Amino acid sequence: MRELTYIAAISEAISHEMERDPDVLVLGEDVGGDFGGAFKVTKGLAARFGDRRVLNTPLAEQSFIGMANGMALMGLRPIVEVQFADFISTGFDSIVQSAATIHYRFGGKVPWVIRAPSDGGIRSGPFHSQNPEAWFVHTPGLKVVAPSNPADAKGLLCSAVRDPNPVIYFEAKPLYRSLRGPVPDGEHLVPIGEAKVVRPGTDLTVVAYGSQVSQALAAATDLAADRIEAEVVDLRSLKPLDFETVAKSVSRTSRALVVHSANRLAGVGAEVSARISEECFEWLDAPVTRLGGLDVPVPFSPPLEDAYRPDAHKIAAAARRLAAY
Amino acid sequence: MSDPLGSQIREALFAAPARPDEPEPQPESGEAPADLPDDLRIDLYRWMRLTRTLDNTMVDMWKQGRGLGGTFSGRGHEGISVPMAMALGPDDVIAPMHRDVGSYLVRGMTPARVFGNLLGRVTGPSEGRDANLHGMGDLSLGIIGYVSHIPQQIPITLGMAMSFRYRGEPRVALTACGDGGTTTGPYHESLNMAALYSAPMVLVVQNNQYAYSTPLDQQMATFAITERAAAYGLTARTEDGNDVEAMFRSIKAAVDRARSGGGPTVIEARTMRMLGHAIHDGAEYVPRELLERWEARDPVDHQRRRLLSEGVSGEAGLAEIDAWARAEINAAVAEAEAAPFPDPGTVSDRIYA
Ligand SMILES: Cc1ncc(C[n+]2csc(CCOP(=O)(O)OP(=O)(O)O)c2C)c(N)n1
Ligand SMILES: [Mg+2]
Repeated sequence: MRELTYIAAISEAISHEMERDPDVLVLGEDVGGDFGGAFKVTKGLAARFGDRRVLNTPLAEQSFIGMANGMALMGLRPIVEVQFADFISTGFDSIVQSAATIHYRFGGKVPWVIRAPSDGGIRSGPFHSQNPEAWFVHTPGLKVVAPSNPADAKGLLCSAVRDPNPVIYFEAKPLYRSLRGPVPDGEHLVPIGEAKVVRPGTDLTVVAYGSQVSQALAAATDLAADRIEAEVVDLRSLKPLDFETVAKSVSRTSRALVVHSANRLAGVGAEVSARISEECFEWLDAPVTRLGGLDVPVPFSPPLEDAYRPDAHKIAAAARRLAAY
Repeated sequence: MSDPLGSQIREALFAAPARPDEPEPQPESGEAPADLPDDLRIDLYRWMRLTRTLDNTMVDMWKQGRGLGGTFSGRGHEGISVPMAMALGPDDVIAPMHRDVGSYLVRGMTPARVFGNLLGRVTGPSEGRDANLHGMGDLSLGIIGYVSHIPQQIPITLGMAMSFRYRGEPRVALTACGDGGTTTGPYHESLNMAALYSAPMVLVVQNNQYAYSTPLDQQMATFAITERAAAYGLTARTEDGNDVEAMFRSIKAAVDRARSGGGPTVIEARTMRMLGHAIHDGAEYVPRELLERWEARDPVDHQRRRLLSEGVSGEAGLAEIDAWARAEINAAVAEAEAAPFPDPGTVSDRIYA
């Protein structure tokens, strides 16, 4: 199968969906024209589909996301780009108060996707490195996905566009051009709400998503040299969460390590860990362990950011402690 | 029958929008001295030259791979960022934006500290915590660090101004935003409140005709930034942002007015962002002719020529300033590059007061 970078897979998913459905359109800051967005994800789309379907907006997240709510209510399927996931907070009301509750309150459908370039490790400081997924996982009515590889990046985005609900799609900036992988041509859907075992193992389960899946896989290779076989579960969807796949794995390995780049405190890992404790208690041989960002804004300077974030090395160290428990 | 109000409204509505790249001549406000003292005019040049030298050096370093992360050039904005700070008194406060290195320097932040921040060193004002021109606050200098989320600096500035009003202190708060900033909700909310409460604040809108890649005509249907501010009840003026003396006069008048209880002012400074949005951006979307036109009106060169032609300073005096700026910046870079990175053990320090 041909290989694409993670970012090319995202671009391909958008054009595939625009090709398929004339109700699909793109909007956001700087997404249009020849420019094609801060990360060039939408480059070429305006030339191909016209300015009408690739709309440059002013700097106004609250209102252009609110506008997407209205477009979606009338049956369009906007793919909204927030320039960095960090700026999603500027549109918070439009997402968590409006879009998320419309179906529950009066039955309207809001089938948009917000693409949020997230995550750090690339020396971008507190305002261009965030992982704010927990805010949205905490909100009833939203779906949240976070692909870890090019194939899932395409498949989850296509599914998100077709989903009748608001879906927030956290794409991992550090993977954009650093990760290549096989991506099916043409139609390729990854169902929302299905986790995947990306490496089988027997000694412990590492649960991760987004950029930390590659880190977990690297750690697993390192651990295998010491005869510790880690199973790696890629959550892929954070809401709805496929807990069954996690539970099945933990029932075999009896040890669980949950990893994400986002702040550990009250992060998605806290929910996963709580459910393992609640639902897998009798299988566990060790306390569930979590790795995540520290409870500080994402710092800029390399030694500080490295101290802030989990990485393969920290995952391997935590896994060794867990395996020896 | 005459219909003065109706015709005014019609004129405002249907007049062709003022071209943003051609600043309109302004009537003299009569509030500021028409003649600026010679030493002040030279000082304006001095700080612009230091700012430009810092900017050039920063851009070169980043292109050579000696930088860290991204950064923002303020080239072309020196005629705004410098007088923003020069027009303030020592007890006033300023909340600059991402192209306002000049404001930081005038306010007393040393170039070595600026480079310390840019390079993530412990000697920067954020001690390695915040990136590039963000987070460079220093309350002892009356500087509020920049928040990336546009336009968070505006409501903060409103709040600082309101605290001065509350306590009856003769102080002023000043901030800036871009043309992009004027399209946000909080911009309009804050302008409304500033006028409502007659807050002692000044807002400089740095209209450089682009928000990242998006030109003005894709941001707003009319370019009536000044008129919109006036409609909220603020004093509002349009200035040539590349004329540092005009900018100084206008900002000074606004600061004096705010200090004496005359309420808030918006000054739209028309200019051009001469490089990309950030260091990685080649700005291919900006027509080259537009850049050439504005290059010919470079604010630093313009002031230099004016000082010479009006006999305010001789070539030797200005060359001395240029050499001083070069030496200051070279020393600052050397100092910053030799400074240590922060100790990772301190990563969680200073979360709470
Ligand atoms: C709320 C928010 N959304 C998006 C961004 C990303 N962003 C950074 S600067 C910028 C353009 C700003 O344009 P303008 O206000 O005109 O200032 P300029 O950079 O031209 O000086 C954008 C979109 C941001 N900083 N804040
Ligand atoms: Mg601008």
